[in-house]
Amino acid sequence: MRAHYLEASGVRPVPADPRGVLAGTHYLDGDFACGEGAMAAGCRFVAGYPITPSTEIVERIGRRFPFVGGIFIQMEDELASMAAVVGGSWTGTKCMTVTSGPGFSLMMENIGLAAMMETPVVVVDVQRAGPSTGLPTMVGQGDMMQARWGSHGDYGVIALSPRSPQEAFDLTIDAFNLAELYRVPVLMMMDECVGHMTEKVVIPPADQIEIVPRRLTKQSPAEYLPYRADESLVPEMIRAGDGYRFHTTGLTHDERGYPTMTVEAQQVLVRRLVDKIQKNAHKIIRVEEDQTAGADVVVVSYGITSRVAQLGVEMARERGARVGTLRLVVCWPFPEARIRELARVVKAFVVPEINFGQMSLEVERCAAGRAITTGVPHAGGGVHDPEEICRAILEAAR
Amino acid sequence: MSPLIQLGTPEAREHPITPYIRMDRMPHIWCPTCGIGTVLKCYGTALGRSKLDLDKVSVVSGIGCTGRVAGYVKMDSFHSTHGRALPFATGLKLGRPELNVTVFSGDGDLIGIGGNHFIHAARRNMDLLVILVNNFIYGMTGGQNAPTTPLTARSSTMPLGNFERPFNLPHLAVTCGATYVARWTSMHTAQMTRTFTEALKRKGFRFIEVIAPCSTLYARLNKLGTGLDLMTYYRDNFEIRNKADTRELDLDFQSKIICGKFVDEERPTFLEAMEAHYRDALGDQYVPMPPEGGMLHGQD
Repeated sequence: MRAHYLEASGVRPVPADPRGVLAGTHYLDGDFACGEGAMAAGCRFVAGYPITPSTEIVERIGRRFPFVGGIFIQMEDELASMAAVVGGSWTGTKCMTVTSGPGFSLMMENIGLAAMMETPVVVVDVQRAGPSTGLPTMVGQGDMMQARWGSHGDYGVIALSPRSPQEAFDLTIDAFNLAELYRVPVLMMMDECVGHMTEKVVIPPADQIEIVPRRLTKQSPAEYLPYRADESLVPEMIRAGDGYRFHTTGLTHDERGYPTMTVEAQQVLVRRLVDKIQKNAHKIIRVEEDQTAGADVVVVSYGITSRVAQLGVEMARERGARVGTLRLVVCWPFPEARIRELARVVKAFVVPEINFGQMSLEVERCAAGRAITTGVPHAGGGVHDPEEICRAILEAAR
Repeated sequence: MSPLIQLGTPEAREHPITPYIRMDRMPHIWCPTCGIGTVLKCYGTALGRSKLDLDKVSVVSGIGCTGRVAGYVKMDSFHSTHGRALPFATGLKLGRPELNVTVFSGDGDLIGIGGNHFIHAARRNMDLLVILVNNFIYGMTGGQNAPTTPLTARSSTMPLGNFERPFNLPHLAVTCGATYVARWTSMHTAQMTRTFTEALKRKGFRFIEVIAPCSTLYARLNKLGTGLDLMTYYRDNFEIRNKADTRELDLDFQSKIICGKFVDEERPTFLEAMEAHYRDALGDQYVPMPPEGGMLHGQD
């Protein structure tokens, strides 16, 4: 079954390159599965800097790339890693970098450049507990707002959150596809638990994996303008070395890609950078719902917390509560319309997350007072006690 | 449209530099008598002489006055973030190894904020031609002190004179592993062009420093006169010393400027070393990145 975002895009995917696909049933941790997902998606250039708990991803890739035709380079820091993958992507080669909290902070500069140059790249953040060095080996979900707003200025972005090693594989492929479809940095917001959890991962054969190819223009260099977009709001791309002699810049630019220091150019460009995600959000958003029809309370969660919350939900159901769940598979863009809809019929949302309230702010904003939003914060370093989530549900259902 | 712009369009008059410059972006932003335009002209001339396929030449800049070069060259060109031209160019080169990549930027960009990337790109012998225009200060932001400001020279943030020792850039490049190192002033157009032409054909990390003190801010703050006075100063105070010991290339305030080609040697580039290593380790199982890049089937 073709994924919703692919169906909605109207783009015809191609099968994966079998060289990158380790088809079969494996017992892998989330980090390795993410690395395999990248290779299956066609990623052939990775620049990274070691940081716990993401390092296993680049270790996997460093080991496998020589057999796959890819290049891995360990850069001097995360500033360089992010800059390298933005540069690399302009060759048509699919690129990824991998990090955790402190490195994610350093990458913000060139995530902004990727957004401004409209460069498809995938950035994996295996979240650990912060702030600062925090608990380097232990879980956190405190980078969710940074994913959305971390680089200065306004831009649209896509972020995904896997709940299992299988999803680390599947969603990494989706991340590459979405990056190509919308020409944005796509952020894989993993967490340490999913990264280090080992489970069964089924990797399908290459011909069953759907890949969005780089959408290169068919126009001639004479007629092509690098930043002219049609109604999809996403311009067609070119790559370095094909004779287009294009220019691209982090400065505000016009359709030619030339720096244009005017309020008007800023308005046109930044409006489109925001709109290309906002207006296509319905094609990108993905949530998983269970028993939300007729529920009094809906638990909204993502990543490892969605698995812990499941236990809390079941405990609450045993005690008679009518509880549904909504899991964010795509966290950004946020499913505003669906939360608004649910807010009209449920009493409350309960939002457990391993931070002091990030995605819960979005839930609260969209609920707009029609339903109560109860956050269940956790400082990080561990996951919630399901009993705590159950209590929050029962309290909210009263 | 001003008469100047009309004259500049390729249809109106073919200046020898037009094949290499986006004439539709003229006039440029550089001050009158600034040396950066001269360096760009020499680079364009060198490209012509090199007979390289310009479709396969990419130029990457960072931020600052020299960082604007990428916006004016008529090739695939990338105006990246402050200090990050080298890692950006590294990705570009490794993503499509057949590209000939030039990094064109300033001292503050490549050595100040980008210093860490500079030493590592040189250490790896990354296949990049690096042209650094050294204007001794941060020009775009108004003349602040740089890691290249000579001792005692005034800058807007050190109005009583700089007391921090500046970098000796050719020596820094050599000690970090650059395989081709040269220095000229913006007055040495013939020599600079010859060096660029030669360096375009070499492999590995090639570093060329061009001395061109900011003729607006540095010259004014240090009472050095006009751009013409700066040129006169270079003419009277340079010395060509090819193969010089790079330890002796420090630049003091208004000191003699030692120019020339200091290093020109061969060492495996990052890509060469990587491919040789994997071939050795994996034999036929090794799948190298194709020269045209890692874009997959069905993507073209």
